[in-house]
Amino acid sequence: MIDYEKVLSPVATGLKPSGIRKFFDLLDSMHDVVGLTVGQPDFVTPWHIREAAIESLQAGKTYYTSNAGIPQLREEIAKYLDRRFDLKYSGDEVLVTVGGSEAIDLAIRACVTPGDEVIIPTPCFVCYEPIVRLAGGIPVILETRYEDKFKVNPEMLKKAITQKTKMIVLAYPNNPTGAIMTKEELEDIAALVRDTNIVILSDEIYAELTFGRRHVSIATLPDMRERTIIASGFSKAYAMTGWRMGYIAAPCEIFAQILKIHQYCIMCAPTTSQFAAIEAVKNGDEDIERMKEEYDRRRRYLLKNFADMGIECFEPEGAFYAYPNIGKFGLSSEEFCQRLLNEKRCAIVPGTAFGDDGEGFARISYAYSIKHIDQALERIEAFIKTL
Amino acid sequence: MDKLLQLLDENATYTTKQLSAMLDMTEDDIKSAIAKYEREGVILAYKTIIDWDKTDREFVNAIIEVKITPKHDFGFDKVAEKLSNYPEVRSLYLMSGVYDLAVIIEGRTIRDIAYFVTHKLSILEDVQSCSTHFVLRTYKDKGITYGPAVKDERGNCL
Ligand SMILES: Cc1ncc(COP(=O)(O)O)c(C=O)c1O
Repeated sequence: MIDYEKVLSPVATGLKPSGIRKFFDLLDSMHDVVGLTVGQPDFVTPWHIREAAIESLQAGKTYYTSNAGIPQLREEIAKYLDRRFDLKYSGDEVLVTVGGSEAIDLAIRACVTPGDEVIIPTPCFVCYEPIVRLAGGIPVILETRYEDKFKVNPEMLKKAITQKTKMIVLAYPNNPTGAIMTKEELEDIAALVRDTNIVILSDEIYAELTFGRRHVSIATLPDMRERTIIASGFSKAYAMTGWRMGYIAAPCEIFAQILKIHQYCIMCAPTTSQFAAIEAVKNGDEDIERMKEEYDRRRRYLLKNFADMGIECFEPEGAFYAYPNIGKFGLSSEEFCQRLLNEKRCAIVPGTAFGDDGEGFARISYAYSIKHIDQALERIEAFIKTL
Repeated sequence: MDKLLQLLDENATYTTKQLSAMLDMTEDDIKSAIAKYEREGVILAYKTIIDWDKTDREFVNAIIEVKITPKHDFGFDKVAEKLSNYPEVRSLYLMSGVYDLAVIIEGRTIRDIAYFVTHKLSILEDVQSCSTHFVLRTYKDKGITYGPAVKDERGNCL
């Protein structure tokens, strides 16, 4: 009999299965659950974008594109980054990827070698740590705090930086907290890395979804462009999760290495999706505004209701999540969410799915209609009354 | 556009409480803004969009193109006013182009509509001609696409 212990990579077997998977499987098997769990827009991709994909198929565009993506798309992304965020890249420094997910993977693998440390502020999206481990790197978890509004605290970051630090992950606007970082706050981070060989991996997938002020990319600060890799994508801003469209923008020295990995592993991002992306990035600004306005209303509605229910919640300024503090109810985050599901048929994600420091919190997605949010809130309110 | 109107246009069932949270206005401000709109006739009514084809209700809709004889010192408004009084007239528009009034009418049967055309509409003095088109199926109305209810099939992907 084959001995799988000998077959499988200990790095792979050593990866933590995403704890939340079990919770989601249970959720999927239950009926009548009102959930606020999904991390993707409830909008359908705008029709003109879908139509562009359909037209490309009708025209028989079913080939591979060049490795880095359709040149027109790369040019358009570069123009878009300049128009929306004042980021200066040429089309030659933009690589089209399979979602922001591949962009993150490529950025980490292009830089991290065994023994390198990667500082990962938590709570955060789940993929950075496992990818760092797969590259042989050492994830260094930097917990962010409620009292810092879940921003990276420069003092704490300074202490976390060592001789071995290769990369710092910055993921703002943040999933799951909805925190953002302002230009001034980013400047404090930039000051710590400016004279080093540390690279910033800036995951800006929620850049378009900020409420009140525009997102600022750390790459726009002096001397930061040369040490920043931007990972972003179409999933959140254009409601295009299923298309698997993302991109990397990076200075050409880094870009060249990233392109090789992409070329050998993926060849090219899906062609039909690339044609949709051209339409999105050229003519989608208004769609973004429309959806953002809707998210903002829901955000306000959620916050108002939390306040009325006596649930403490830091005000999220980006993405489409709220991250209320549920610690005072005397249950662990997992117990709270498990019991809420069992007893009231309402699902939210325990903060611990996003890092150990998520204890005491839960992530609530507001990528749902107000009516749906209302139903969920009623159940949450009924539940906390029983505690 | 006024945000409050925009929201009510999207969903007339929003409560004052929901509107107040979404728009960052007090509930009292919402109430008085709505009252003002109602008073001024900006907000005329609150209705529900129902796909009657999914019920056992029998009905038939038709669009009637009406040409009016042009006359001195006589507007289309008079004919329109008269037609508006009929409850079976669901919508009524003055049109540019080859005809003048578009009448959208609802009846229980085709016969009801035929009766309206022959006994009410075509006998009006100023009506020159009318041409009736029956609606076979509604695909979209008032910005809402008709069809099966949409299920939330988004995966929990993390
Ligand atoms: C912070 C963050 N980065 C990246 C991604 C990956 O998104 P995609 O691969 O769909 O572009 C997600 C998805 O949830 C996310 O929340």
